[in-house]
Amino acid sequence: MMSLQFNRISKNFGGLQVLQGVQFEVPQGGIFGLIGPNGAGKTTVFNLITGLLRASSGSIVFNGEDIGNVAPHKITERGIARTFQNIRVFKEMTLLENVVVGMHEHLDYGFAGILLNLGGFRKAERQARERALELLSWVRLDHKAHMLADSLSYGEQRKLEFARALATNPKLLLLDEPVAGMNPSEKTELMAEIRNIKERGFSIFMIEHDMRFVMGLCDRVAVLNFGRIIAEGTPDEIKNNQEVIEAYLGKEEA
Amino acid sequence: MSFMEWWDGFWATYNTVIFSVGVNAMLALSIYVTLSCGLLSLANAAFMGIGAYTASLLTMQFELPFGLALAAGGALPALVALVIGIPTLRLSGVYLAMATLGFGEVVRVIVLNMEITGGPMGLNGVPPITEWWHIALLLGATIYLLARLRRSRIGRAFEAIKEDEVAARLMGVNVAGYKLLAFVIGAAIAGVAGGLNAHFTFTIGPNNYGFEPAVDILTMAVFGGTGNLIGPMIGSTILSLLPEVLRHFKDFRLAINGLILILVVLYLPKGIWDPRRIRAAFGRHSADKKVQ
Repeated sequence: MMSLQFNRISKNFGGLQVLQGVQFEVPQGGIFGLIGPNGAGKTTVFNLITGLLRASSGSIVFNGEDIGNVAPHKITERGIARTFQNIRVFKEMTLLENVVVGMHEHLDYGFAGILLNLGGFRKAERQARERALELLSWVRLDHKAHMLADSLSYGEQRKLEFARALATNPKLLLLDEPVAGMNPSEKTELMAEIRNIKERGFSIFMIEHDMRFVMGLCDRVAVLNFGRIIAEGTPDEIKNNQEVIEAYLGKEEA
Repeated sequence: MSFMEWWDGFWATYNTVIFSVGVNAMLALSIYVTLSCGLLSLANAAFMGIGAYTASLLTMQFELPFGLALAAGGALPALVALVIGIPTLRLSGVYLAMATLGFGEVVRVIVLNMEITGGPMGLNGVPPITEWWHIALLLGATIYLLARLRRSRIGRAFEAIKEDEVAARLMGVNVAGYKLLAFVIGAAIAGVAGGLNAHFTFTIGPNNYGFEPAVDILTMAVFGGTGNLIGPMIGSTILSLLPEVLRHFKDFRLAINGLILILVVLYLPKGIWDPRRIRAAFGRHSADKKVQ
């Protein structure tokens, strides 16, 4: 089971109020989307969940535990992984190594095992590589496992980010604008990949700008505008919500 | 003249040069460790100094066995690194370089003003007990340790931190902890190298471990290439031997030394030993080989 709740979260940067009393709950299973115009505070939401930023007030509860003051790498350990709006793969590493880095916390051999190349160390490393290959095959990149990440196209790097995030064995996967900067065919492909990941039982929380993409994928959507949640519901409800339409298209003069 | 006679003469003339090649290889590897974790730390000369003084005082004043003195010469810098690393490793890039240079200066001034270290006179009459196999053994151990680390989660964590700290952290890597580990390992290696060095140079002084050697150590590693273990050793070997090779040029020696450095930095920014470039230079066939 997985549960993530945002309880009246506010975040200020100096005098700038980026989030004001934001409240929502990411449901177990399925894909939850957070949309909103540029500068609405979407990425700040992810930075708060992953511990890169601290909320000014309010609490973030993951599986019954307040994670507001937990270090980022410990939050990953608890089962939250993410991708980045501006892709951050390890470019000088092979795809396989990229994914194995994601398994860092699950490789629990000791120093003696490393130094003496003990059986436990070898077994854990071999299993990690096998698992990494499997994850790469999920996103259809296993044939490039030994190439450097730098040589991948933009869309492929995004898929590598998916595999790397899944390697941390997350209960919740955060996707920060997964199709930003992608061409239409890459978008279609990524949409299929995200559906596949969902089918495998991962809960997904996605921030996105591309409305069509969100509406096609998400089970529930929340809309953030100027640091406040202005609507939440199924994609159909959101599409017809007057306030959302105004936020995106502007208000008609009466 | 028989070979043995020639060899004896050669060894008598060049043994300190050969010893230096080994010690410098250890020093270059010591800074490789921190560089591989993305840290530009210039504290290794100071750690070398702490190790040199520690080991020398233990053999001179307490007549401790050499092995024990060397172990202490590695342990004390590691401990110092642990203490100063916690506040300073929050810094990155040039700020860390400046802070670690400052630390080196602090160490130099402390050594300069302490009684037990002999102040500005340094220590004279350090017993010349370093044998070639001491250096070979410890250099070998260093290479083995670092090679093993590279193939483990620790080495991957270092590399991930070097490439993208935020991404590494969100992949579950304890970034602050691993940076500290790299800093401590580098300090221990530099300290042992300092202990070995002191026991064949006879004299050590506070200025042997100041700004200039700090930069020299970095230069050796960058010159050779810091992408793997071989680069720093090639760099340190060449730069240790270059002054000997250029002996005939007398007054121009330092200028030529500098010129070679500039050329390498300009045309081989990843150092002399860059496997990917070398593979590419030997044609497509081998360039296509998968890296494993």
